[in-house]
Amino acid sequence: MSEELIKEYIDVIPNSLLDQVRKHLPAKAKKAEVKKILELLREEFDNMQIEAGECVGLVAAESIGEPGTQMTLNTKHFGGVAELQVTLGLPRLIEIFDGRQNISTPMMEIYLKNPKCSVEEVTKIAGKIKETPLSELAKSFEVNIADATIEVELDKEAVAQAGIRVATIVKRLQTGLKNVNVKNKEDIIFIKVTKEGDELNKLYAVKETSKGVFVSGIKGVTQVLPVKIGEEYVIKTAGSNLKSVLKMDEIDTYKTRTNDIFETCKVLGLEAARQLIIDEALNVLETQGLDINIRHIMLAADTMTVAGEIRGITRYGIVGQKSSVLARASFETPIKHIIAAAERGEIDKLNSVIENVMINQPVPIGTGLPGLRTKEQGKGT
Amino acid sequence: MTEVYIDSTFVGKVEDPKSFIEQIKAERRASSITKEINVRYNAQSDEIKIELAKGRIRKPLIVIENGEPKLRKEHLEKLEKGEISWDNLVKAGIIEYIDANEEEDCLVAFFPEDLTKDHTHLEITPFAMLSLATSIVPFSNYCLATRTHGGMKSLRQALGLYTANYAVRMDTDVNLLMYPQIPISKTLMYDIANEDEHPSGQNIVVAILSYEGYNMDDAIIINKGSVDRGFARSIYFRPYVAEELRYSGGLIDEISIPDKEVKGYKSEKDYRFLNDDGIAYLEAQINPDDVLIGKTSPPRFLSGMDEYTLGTSSRRESSTAVRHGEKGTVDFVVVTENEEGNKFVQVRVRDQRLPEIGDKFSSRHGQKGVVGMLFPQTDMPFTASGIIPDVIFSPHSIPTRMTISHLIELVAGKVGCLSGRNIDATAFSSEPEKALREELKSLGFRENGSETLYNGLTGEQFKVKIFIGNQFYLKLRHMVANKIHSRATGPITLLTRQPTEGKAKEGGLRLGEMEKDTFVAHGAALLLKERFDSDKTIVPVCEECGMMAYVDKFKNRHICPICGETAEINQVEMSYAFKLLLDELKSMAVYPEIRLEDQY
Repeated sequence: MSEELIKEYIDVIPNSLLDQVRKHLPAKAKKAEVKKILELLREEFDNMQIEAGECVGLVAAESIGEPGTQMTLNTKHFGGVAELQVTLGLPRLIEIFDGRQNISTPMMEIYLKNPKCSVEEVTKIAGKIKETPLSELAKSFEVNIADATIEVELDKEAVAQAGIRVATIVKRLQTGLKNVNVKNKEDIIFIKVTKEGDELNKLYAVKETSKGVFVSGIKGVTQVLPVKIGEEYVIKTAGSNLKSVLKMDEIDTYKTRTNDIFETCKVLGLEAARQLIIDEALNVLETQGLDINIRHIMLAADTMTVAGEIRGITRYGIVGQKSSVLARASFETPIKHIIAAAERGEIDKLNSVIENVMINQPVPIGTGLPGLRTKEQGKGT
Repeated sequence: MTEVYIDSTFVGKVEDPKSFIEQIKAERRASSITKEINVRYNAQSDEIKIELAKGRIRKPLIVIENGEPKLRKEHLEKLEKGEISWDNLVKAGIIEYIDANEEEDCLVAFFPEDLTKDHTHLEITPFAMLSLATSIVPFSNYCLATRTHGGMKSLRQALGLYTANYAVRMDTDVNLLMYPQIPISKTLMYDIANEDEHPSGQNIVVAILSYEGYNMDDAIIINKGSVDRGFARSIYFRPYVAEELRYSGGLIDEISIPDKEVKGYKSEKDYRFLNDDGIAYLEAQINPDDVLIGKTSPPRFLSGMDEYTLGTSSRRESSTAVRHGEKGTVDFVVVTENEEGNKFVQVRVRDQRLPEIGDKFSSRHGQKGVVGMLFPQTDMPFTASGIIPDVIFSPHSIPTRMTISHLIELVAGKVGCLSGRNIDATAFSSEPEKALREELKSLGFRENGSETLYNGLTGEQFKVKIFIGNQFYLKLRHMVANKIHSRATGPITLLTRQPTEGKAKEGGLRLGEMEKDTFVAHGAALLLKERFDSDKTIVPVCEECGMMAYVDKFKNRHICPICGETAEINQVEMSYAFKLLLDELKSMAVYPEIRLEDQY
């Protein structure tokens, strides 16, 4: 009965609030009472909304900027556990809001399909993820000059821990090195240099390069660290490659995340990137002990992503997109903007805040927003 | 093999670094090689670094041999008699200078009692680790280093008697404290450095108490009666100068009372203090903008016509007047010639400064604060014996800063006052707190320094005992009289037509970028416009081409530089700074067209 009434309000009140009404409504509430509750809720909701002409952008900027001055400048922080180094604090915040393509410490948090598995299983998965060069799996490298081959003796235990088969190593070495022929006899790999006439000269060079060939793991992941959070095992990594990690069977694809916003945008899409901007910025501010309302950060994240791609809050990003010549010129590199505007014959409509402060006119915000519109009624009246 | 470097240059290798270093040190002490040498063996990198360069900071220490200092009683006796000097001790290797590098290899004892076999040196005195200025801070070993440091900085800003011949000097920005005293609690370094010759504070009675809310947030309350009796009075001197400059063509400035014909003549009233020689007479009570030295200059640019005009009216007025907002008495006048042989006049103005609300005071422990209120003596709290504090200090300034030395000085000062002696407050060797307490008790007071106080306004007894004692207080050189400044309208800068900046130019306080943001955030658009109105102008703009037009006052019409006289002109209000921007854009060949539109 009351459900019909509630349905009338679907476009006026957000669903989450209506759900709460449904949940808490007594079963025998009268129709008039339900109506009264909903009316009251609508009124409250309307009151809580930002009013027209409220200067949300500036308030958001000041609300993030002012506590930012109190942030400590210690850049590196160990992300909760030893060994893994994460950029936090002001540098990280700048990185997020500037929309940097290459962040200083990319990292992932990899959640597992079976979070309550044993330590051995976790280490095994972690081993599979970590990018491992041949040198870490080998016991010894020996050069056989007579055959122009390099004999690599593999470390059985290490190979097992990396969760890889010898055949795969051979395959990867074959593709990773040029002009060689790779074979294996159980645990010993033979790398034969094939380039004629040059075998001996290149032998030592190949030996050194083969040490650095990545034979197992995921590209870009330089460090892995299984951590127990509550009952769950999570693998933290230094270096990020979300696309490849999501392909693994053992991984919980819903929870696994990276801190690289551009990578997230590429793999999961723009909405995910927007959410990541919010999460990462909030995380930084929280570790600094600053309490900033999420809405300010949401607004910043929205402005960064409205265009369908990630644009930083820089003179190349969203500030460069401003329509007003004067506003752009007052931010950075004024001469560049003015000359460019003169070449194109740009027109400044003077309908934003900065321009109007410059020419000393009322800013179109708050009390300066409403204009007077009168109808001319004949002449001379 | 250990590598040896002299001043970071590799010179060779030695077999046994330990004995090599011992040999160098022994020879240095025996004066067979220079005393300037310092060596260090770095076991980690297996290197010996020998330093001889100039500019190293070195510290004298007493040499220890086999756990016994080489400096013995007989040396001290001889020193006292004047038979030997410091140089003799250094030469004899009893005292040696160690630099920062060699210090790494040393184990230095603070006190002779601490000496063991391992020690290599002994400090001459434990407070040698403090600087000259810092070692004047009393009881500084009972205080955080940051506070002691702050106390030292306060001492450097304190008013006092900076030099005894101040009366015949022409220093700029000088303050003198009127009745400076020697502190009751003083340190050994105070005597060594002869601080008595330029004292810088006064011993006063301080009660630690919250009183009527006027001493919150580090403020202090001062007893007006104490001020009447001479507490914290100071004198401020400022010299004014004028010079008879010579210009090309044999023209010269003239120091005299300016003629009424002179360009820029002020008013007769402004020149009323001048003697016939154009210089203000001694002891004249002068006020802001009064002329101290009357002067006229020849005209700036001599055009052909000027030479034929009648009289001397082409001369300009260029007198030296008292600074805006300052007053005082003419104290001292000097008339001389400077290096160029020009007549040079200096007039010193003296101004008495009584402590007022906002003046800065400090104890010697970094506990600085401003005057929050001056109470008449009748309104100040008093003790049973009738003692009235000179200063009331807030108890909230103590816990977070932990300046225990401040509290100890209060007790020590009380003991010193009552027993009529100075208290030794040298760091690490001051009179022990326990002894001070016992002495205070024997003098008939509560041993912790607290007393029963009565409210000066109501006469009621305070429910708790109040900590009260004697302390050395400093008046710092930051006084309200030098800094107070306000403006309604006043001078503007020529270029932007905006108000000038800074006190000296009678400027305004800028409503800056961040303050602007607060107006925007509140949506107070029209208030913001009003605030930025200081340079608003009305510019005639051509409707046709959007260029700024100009006014032909003679024919009373507007002319557009492009469209001529016939163009339709409209008046537009804008900030002068923006008009300037448009002009500057034109100068870089950008055409800023203004498109006019009806406002409604």
